[in-house]
Amino acid sequence: MRFFKARLPQLTLLPSLVLVAVSVYGFIALTFVISLTRSRMLPRFDRWEGFDNYARVWSHPRWEVAVENFAIFGLLYIGGTLVIGLGLAILLDQKIRAEGALRTIYLYPMALSFIVTGVAWQWLMSPDLGLQHAFRTWGWESFSFDWITQSEMAIYCVVIAGAWQASGFVMALFLAALRGINTEIISAARMDGASGPAIYWHIIIPALRPAFLTAIVVQGHLSIKSYDLVVALTRGGPGFATELPSTFMYEFTFSRNEMAMGAASAVMMLVLLTVLIVPYLYSELRHGR
Amino acid sequence: MASLSIDRVTKRFGATEVLHEVSIDIEAGDFLVLVGPSGCGKSTLLNMIAGLTELSGGEIRLADRRIDGLEPKARNIAMVFQSYALYPAMTVEKNIAFPLRMAGMDKAAQAAKVAEVAELLQIGHLLKRKPAALSGGQRQRVAMGRALVRDPRLFLFDEPLSNLDAKLRVDMRTEIKRLHQRLGTTIVYVTHDQVEAMTMATKIAVMEGGAVQQFGTPAEIYDRPANRFVATFMGSPAMNLVKGRVRDGAFVAQGAAAAAAGELRLPLPRGTVPLAEGREIELGLRPEWISTEAGPGSVPFAARVELIEPTGPDIYAMLEAAGQSLVARLPARAGLREKTEAALHLDMAQAVVFDPETGASLMAP
Amino acid sequence: MAADMRRSVQRGVVYLVLVLAAGFFLLPLVAMVFTSLKTMPEITGGAGFETATILSPPRLWSFEAWGLAWSSACIAVACEGLRGYFWNSILLVVFAVSISVALGAVNGYVLSKWRFRGDSIIFGMLLFGCFIPFQIVLIPMARLLGLLDLAGTLGGLVLVHVCYGIPFTTLFFRNFYVTVPDELIAAGRMDGAGFWQIFTIILVPISWPIFVVAIIWQFTNVWNDFLFGASFAGPDTRPLMVALNNLVNTSTGTKAYNVDMAGAMIAALPTMLVYIVGGRYFLRGLTSGAVKG
Repeated sequence: MRFFKARLPQLTLLPSLVLVAVSVYGFIALTFVISLTRSRMLPRFDRWEGFDNYARVWSHPRWEVAVENFAIFGLLYIGGTLVIGLGLAILLDQKIRAEGALRTIYLYPMALSFIVTGVAWQWLMSPDLGLQHAFRTWGWESFSFDWITQSEMAIYCVVIAGAWQASGFVMALFLAALRGINTEIISAARMDGASGPAIYWHIIIPALRPAFLTAIVVQGHLSIKSYDLVVALTRGGPGFATELPSTFMYEFTFSRNEMAMGAASAVMMLVLLTVLIVPYLYSELRHGR
Repeated sequence: MASLSIDRVTKRFGATEVLHEVSIDIEAGDFLVLVGPSGCGKSTLLNMIAGLTELSGGEIRLADRRIDGLEPKARNIAMVFQSYALYPAMTVEKNIAFPLRMAGMDKAAQAAKVAEVAELLQIGHLLKRKPAALSGGQRQRVAMGRALVRDPRLFLFDEPLSNLDAKLRVDMRTEIKRLHQRLGTTIVYVTHDQVEAMTMATKIAVMEGGAVQQFGTPAEIYDRPANRFVATFMGSPAMNLVKGRVRDGAFVAQGAAAAAAGELRLPLPRGTVPLAEGREIELGLRPEWISTEAGPGSVPFAARVELIEPTGPDIYAMLEAAGQSLVARLPARAGLREKTEAALHLDMAQAVVFDPETGASLMAP
Repeated sequence: MAADMRRSVQRGVVYLVLVLAAGFFLLPLVAMVFTSLKTMPEITGGAGFETATILSPPRLWSFEAWGLAWSSACIAVACEGLRGYFWNSILLVVFAVSISVALGAVNGYVLSKWRFRGDSIIFGMLLFGCFIPFQIVLIPMARLLGLLDLAGTLGGLVLVHVCYGIPFTTLFFRNFYVTVPDELIAAGRMDGAGFWQIFTIILVPISWPIFVVAIIWQFTNVWNDFLFGASFAGPDTRPLMVALNNLVNTSTGTKAYNVDMAGAMIAALPTMLVYIVGGRYFLRGLTSGAVKG
C-alpha cells in the first residue's frame, strides 16, 4: 500500500505508457517483422524473406513514381508554405488595418480536412466546369488550367491544394514569432543606421530560426504521411501519376494483398521521418528543461 | 512553537554533494536566518525541513520528534515562498482557508480563523480579490496569512522579500520582526541579504559551499567572524583585508608597492592567538573602524583619498595607504576631498586576523 | 512630398498583395458555397445559364442540395445522406477527445511537476508518437482490433484516436505546466493537499488556455481524420470524412456537384465554427508552447 502511495504519480502514467508502448513501439516492431515475411492478405510468420520485400518495393515502377512525386511534393509543399507563410506574416506585421479579418481568412483552411480540401480543389481544377471554364466564359478564350488531367502536371495540383491548406498555419507561426522579437533590438539596429530591408534580413529573419525549424518539421511530417489529400483530389491518378508513398502503402496492403510489401514501404516512410524528426526532438528536449 | 534540531544533514544529487553534514540547533521561539550566496545550499536545507526534498543523510527533529521521512503535511510546518505561490484561481479568502479546508475543518471555523488572520495582517478588505489583482506587498501578506492560519509549530520563509521594491522590503522586514515578537513563533528564514539577516535574526547560520561557516547570534557573527568568508559576506561595504606579515610583534603590510610608499605598520589586535615571527597573516578591518578623529586605542595612519561615494548620512571613501586599497565608512561631515592626503585613525580594538591560506580566524576563542 | 508618395504607394502594394492573397484563400470556399446553393442546370451551364461559372453567385437560390446531402444522397448502397455518419463522427469526437485530453492533462502534470528518474526519456518516447507516419501502425492495429473484437466498431476507432492523441495532448499539457511555478505545488503539499487535490483544485482551474488548445487540436484531428476511419470503421460506424469521400467519388449516375459541395460544407462547418469561436485562444496557447526555445 505504501509502495503504491509513494509511486502514485508514476502509476498514473501507466495506462498511457502501456497504450503508447503497444500502439507505437510494439506496432512499429510488428510492422517491421511483417516486412521481413511473406505475408500477403494476412500476416504469417512461417517464411522469412529477409529484406527481399524492400528490394521488391524499390524495383516496383509505382514506388519509383511515388518517391519521385514525394520529392517534388515535399520540396514544393514545404518551400511554398514557408515562402507564402513568411511573406504574409511580414506583410501582416506592418500595422495593417483589417488584420484580424485577414488572419482569419488565411487561417480557416487549417480547420478543414484534407478530404474537404481535396473535394473543393478537385472541383475548382476540373477543366470542364472549374476555373478554366470560368476564365474562358469571362472572355479569356485561350486560358488553360487542366493540370489535374495531365499525368506530368497532376502532382503540382496536389502541391497547390496542400499549400493552400497549410500556409495559414505557417503564417501564424511566423507572426507569433515576429511579435515575440524584442523591439529594443530593432530600435538598436535602427539607431545603428540599418534600413528596413536590412533589419529584416540581418535581424528579424535570423531571430525566426525556431519558427522556421518548427514549420519545417510540422510541414515535413505532414507531407510524408499525407494520404487523404491525394485520395480526395486525384485518387492517385491520372493512372498512378500522383502516387505517393502513403498511397502506395495503402494500396499494396489493403487492395492488392501484398501486406509484406506494404509493411516494407511503411518502414521506409518511418525511416525518412525519423531522419527529419530526431534532431528536432533532441533540441526540443534539451531546451524544454 | 518548537525547538528545531538539524543533525548532520547531508544532501547529494547524484554524485555531487550539495550539503555536507550540516548541524544547527535552535530553541523554541528563535528566529533563525540561513544566509549565504546563491548555490550555498540554504534553500535546499529549507526544503528538507519542509519535507519537499528528501535527506541523503542525517536527522531533523522538531520539538525532539524526528520529522524527516514524514510527508510535508504531517509535519505541521508552514512556508512562505519567494514567489508567494498564491493559488491563482482562488480568492484571497480561499487561499488563506486552503490549509484548513485540506485539514477537514468545518466552514464556520474556517471563516473565523480567516477573519482572525486577516485582522492581524490588515488584509480584511482584500478577501474577495484574486491574487492577480493584488500588489506585491499585498500578496506577501496573503502568503503570510496562509502560513499563519493553521498555527504551525514552525514557520519557513524562502527569500520572501526579494520580489519587493526597496522601500516595501524595509517595511515588511520590520513587520515580520514585529509579528515574530508578538506571536513568539519559531522561524527559519532564508535570504541572501546580509542586512535582512542582521536585522531580523536571533540566530544566524552563514552558509557557503554546502556547509555552515558560522552559527551564532548576529553580534557574534559580525564581531567575531569565524573565517574570512563570514567576515567579508556580512557587512557592507565589505570588510577590508590587508595581507602582511608578523614582524616584531606587529603587523606589517606586504608588497612591493608597500615598500616604496612607506610601510603600513599596525599593532596586532588583542586576543590574537600566539603568532610566529615572519608568519603571513591577513588583517580584517571593517570600513567603519576608520575615522578622522583619534579615539582610545586608535592608531594614526596617512592615506590618499582616491574616490568618494556619498550615500547621504555617510560617505564611502576609497583610500590608498602604503600601497593598500582600503574602504572607509565615514560621516558625511568628515570633510574629506577626493585626490587629497588625509590623516586618519584606525580603531584596532575590534580588528581580526585570518590565516591567508585557510581563511580561518586566528583570534583566540 | 516624394517620400510621402512613395510611402503611400508602398502601403498600397502591401494591401493589394494581402487582398489578393485573401482572394486566393477564399476561392475554394466561395466555389463550394455557391455551387452548393445552385441547381444542376446552372452548374453545368444548361439552357439559360450559359454565362454561369463556378465563381458566379447563384441566380436561383436552392437549398435542395443541402437537404439531399444531409438525408438522402446515396453513399455506397445506402441512400440516407450524411446524417448518420455525422452522428458517428460526433460520438467519436466526444469520446476520443475527452479521454485523450484527460489522460494528456494528467501525464503533463506528472511529467512536469512530479519529476522522477527517467521522466524525460519517457516524455521523449511519448513525443516520438506525435511524429510517426500512421501507415506504420495500420497493419498491426487492424489485427489488434480484430483480436479485441473491436474491428469495425466505434469503440475501436475511439481507442485508435486515444492512442495516437495521447502524445499530442501530453506535449501540450507538459509544456504548459512547465511554465507554472513549482512553488505552487510545494505550497499545496505544505498546505496538506495530495496528488489529486493539487491537480484538481489548484492546477485545473488555471489550465483552461491549454484545455482549449488540446480540445481544439484533438477535435479537428479526430473530426478530420480519414485514414483511420477508412481503415478501421465498419459500414455502420464510418465517420463523416470517409462517407464524404465515398459520396464525392461514387461513380454511378450523373455527378451532382451541388450535393457534393453541400456535403463538403456539412463536413467542414463544425471545425470551421470551432476555429472561428476558439481560434484566437488556440493560436495564443499553441504558439506560446511551440515557438519557444
